[in-house]
Amino acid sequence: MLYSRTRHLKSGAARKLSWPERLRKLQAETVDPRLQAFYQAGWPDPETPMAEVPMVAMDFETTGLSPVDDSIVSIGLLPFELARIRVAGAHHWLLRPQVPLHPTSVTIHGITHSDIEDAPDIDEVLDEILSVMAGRIAVVHYRHIERPFLDVALQARLGEGIQFPVIDTIAIESYLHPKRSPGWWAQWVQGKKPISVRLPDCRVRYRLPHYPPHNALTDALATAELLQAQIQHHFSPETPLADLWL
Amino acid sequence: MQAELIEIRNHLSQFPPFNELPEETLVYVVNNIEVAYFRAGTDILTLGEPNNYLHYIRSGAVEVYRRTGILFNRITEGAVFGQFGLMLNKSVRFPAKALEDTLIYLIPEPVFRHLWETDDNFADFVELEDHTRLRTAVSRRESSNKLMTARISRLISRAPVTAPTTMRLQEAARMMAEESVSSLLLMDESVEPPKMAGIVTNRDMRTRALAEALPSETPIGDIMSTGLITIPAHAFIFEALLSMLHNNVHHLPVVEHGEPRGVISLSDIIRHDTQSSVFVVSHIFHQDTVEGLKKVSRDVPDTFVRMVNEDANSHMIGSALAGIGRSFTQRLLELGEAKLGPPPVPYCFMALGSMARDEQLVVTDQDNAMVLDDSFDPEQHDEYFLALAKFVSDGLAECGYSYCAGDIMATNPKWRQPLRVWKEYFTDWILNPKAEALLHSSIFFDLDGIYGETEFAEILKKLVAEKASRSQRFLAYMARNALNRTPPLGFFRTFVMETDGKQNKTFNLKRRGTAPVSDLIRIHSLACGSLAQNSFLRLRAIAKTNLLPEDGVNNLRDALEFIAIVRIRHQALAIEAGREPDNNVRPEDLSPFERSHLKDAFQVVSNAQRFLRYRYHAPAGRNIS
Repeated sequence: MLYSRTRHLKSGAARKLSWPERLRKLQAETVDPRLQAFYQAGWPDPETPMAEVPMVAMDFETTGLSPVDDSIVSIGLLPFELARIRVAGAHHWLLRPQVPLHPTSVTIHGITHSDIEDAPDIDEVLDEILSVMAGRIAVVHYRHIERPFLDVALQARLGEGIQFPVIDTIAIESYLHPKRSPGWWAQWVQGKKPISVRLPDCRVRYRLPHYPPHNALTDALATAELLQAQIQHHFSPETPLADLWL
Repeated sequence: MQAELIEIRNHLSQFPPFNELPEETLVYVVNNIEVAYFRAGTDILTLGEPNNYLHYIRSGAVEVYRRTGILFNRITEGAVFGQFGLMLNKSVRFPAKALEDTLIYLIPEPVFRHLWETDDNFADFVELEDHTRLRTAVSRRESSNKLMTARISRLISRAPVTAPTTMRLQEAARMMAEESVSSLLLMDESVEPPKMAGIVTNRDMRTRALAEALPSETPIGDIMSTGLITIPAHAFIFEALLSMLHNNVHHLPVVEHGEPRGVISLSDIIRHDTQSSVFVVSHIFHQDTVEGLKKVSRDVPDTFVRMVNEDANSHMIGSALAGIGRSFTQRLLELGEAKLGPPPVPYCFMALGSMARDEQLVVTDQDNAMVLDDSFDPEQHDEYFLALAKFVSDGLAECGYSYCAGDIMATNPKWRQPLRVWKEYFTDWILNPKAEALLHSSIFFDLDGIYGETEFAEILKKLVAEKASRSQRFLAYMARNALNRTPPLGFFRTFVMETDGKQNKTFNLKRRGTAPVSDLIRIHSLACGSLAQNSFLRLRAIAKTNLLPEDGVNNLRDALEFIAIVRIRHQALAIEAGREPDNNVRPEDLSPFERSHLKDAFQVVSNAQRFLRYRYHAPAGRNIS
């Protein structure tokens, strides 16, 4: 039942090529040696059960919401597996953004000008970032931030971008609540409230503890725990990776 | 640490044993934590399976089972499990299941092992199951009190000033003045080596020599106090304090290997601990009116609170307050005799119940009785003793010791009788026991002579000790009565509450806590023929017999200490907040630490009651609480 329904996850995002094909193609086409190494890493087969998939929870704090106009301020990466999240593998970088910090974003992530004064440009730590990510399926909460921001940042510096498969905990939540935003009639007449897919609200549904949001590493941890909970409640450790990656 | 994982750190730092780890150790733990989510109903640990982690509940709830499959405990946020298998063979000894959706922080075995081997507090916490964890909680509290940790030897600044018993009065007085000491230790030099014979204090010099206008050539031995109460040099200061309070002496010779090493006085202890309860005691004996005593009694709650804040243990606080109560009684008797004239026949004033046990607190009523000489003739003498009893009883009531609701006071003619009648009372209670009658007379089995012919009380204690241990029926009825009050512990280790006058859900820490424990201990103590009255001393006597397994004795001691100290702290908090202290505790007023250890303690009491029923073949009782 679950397997057939999960195909909905991809309905809007059907790809011409599957991820294994795309990764092979990217590996052949890419020029930068760092990206070559990244694509060459052993990527899990699409039929790998989730229990065996190496993953990395990923969260960026940014100066705003546009990958083109805004920059990354911090990156949190937390490698994990379905059964275990090891804090020892956690990484966190503060980065010097290309665009000035916007006062509004400062109030969100709490990173200030003095914090990033001596921070490196992403180019200086790219080796480290890619080596943590290589061979692991990225897990994000809302896939339209991390992947595009990293893609744009690399295009600007290396002249070529980056592609990689992600599992999106918001996509899973939206799939579980297909009518999460009731129509105006239901909202007005029946008093139904839209179901929030914000990270803290999703966590409440799985009785996960409250973590203060907007720190890249805490959010990465929060996302990894959310995926563990989602799969235990709605999927299974045997669910193939191909059902969930996007 | 990645400063960003402060979330995990902050949570761990709120819960034992992590709350006491040094910061760098805590950071080391956080950096090695692993996280796992368990959906409600899933197994977390399966019996016999390997386990390489200490499990810490970040959120949710977990049920831990015994290997037999019986539910052992339900635990929640901040609790740990899985340590026992980890310490033994890294396989699961107590299976665990998620009761709710649960997030677990896992501490890997190498980190656990490091903490276990290097951090004593952590080791204590994880090694010890339930009651043993309670013991550690008790002993850790005690270690922080200076009177409890400092030994007598610290107070000895000089060798004792000694003199032969044959020394002339005037010479002895000159010697005390020159050496500027308040006491003189007197040696019997007719034997070799000379041995301690007695002591003379400044007060003795005034009252026995000067006031009586003794000739200056009188041998000092004529006015010395004999029957010396001494204390070993390695004893703790609080033990000296207890001895002084109990025996109403202000000087104690300190001995080591049988040799005098020095003399410590009340003022030495007051200097060491300026807020000591002995202050109150010495003030009591300076009062000449009931009005004056009443004024002093207003300091008692403050003294109590100070002792609590200094982390004194319950034995020390109970003894100090009993000592204060005893001093009020003694001073009232002195004042009474001064007013009514000397007693027509010798008598002994007895304290009963908590004062006799040295377990008195601030909320207390008076329980007392008079044992009169067998030459007592009611026609001729009772008018005097009634007047004296009334004077003392009214005076005690003025000083905050309310009248006994059960009329167990020397003002009641039934409890103002010659020794002969008292012997009959006790013999009848013991040899012809009736459950109902014993319910009301059990208070007489905690007795202490505090004034006058205290020998009378000793005779009664010996009679009880001899007869009680041989009467199985008496012990069975006492045991039955002791089972009437059970600890407030329900199924699943929840507290059973009662509703107090203000409609708060509470449980009574005296009626369902300390009282059941002292009842239990009294019966074992009677069975082993001990003369001790204090529960802790009784336990020591019980430990020397085979009446209880050794662990049983230690567990009862720890349970009593913990329940008593929680009760004491509850009263101290009320006094500090300007409220009337009582025994009714609301669970939400307790810290998680206190709640968890109280449950352990109540469990010990519950087990001990089961053992009591079995040991003394107690007939089925009824629950009157």
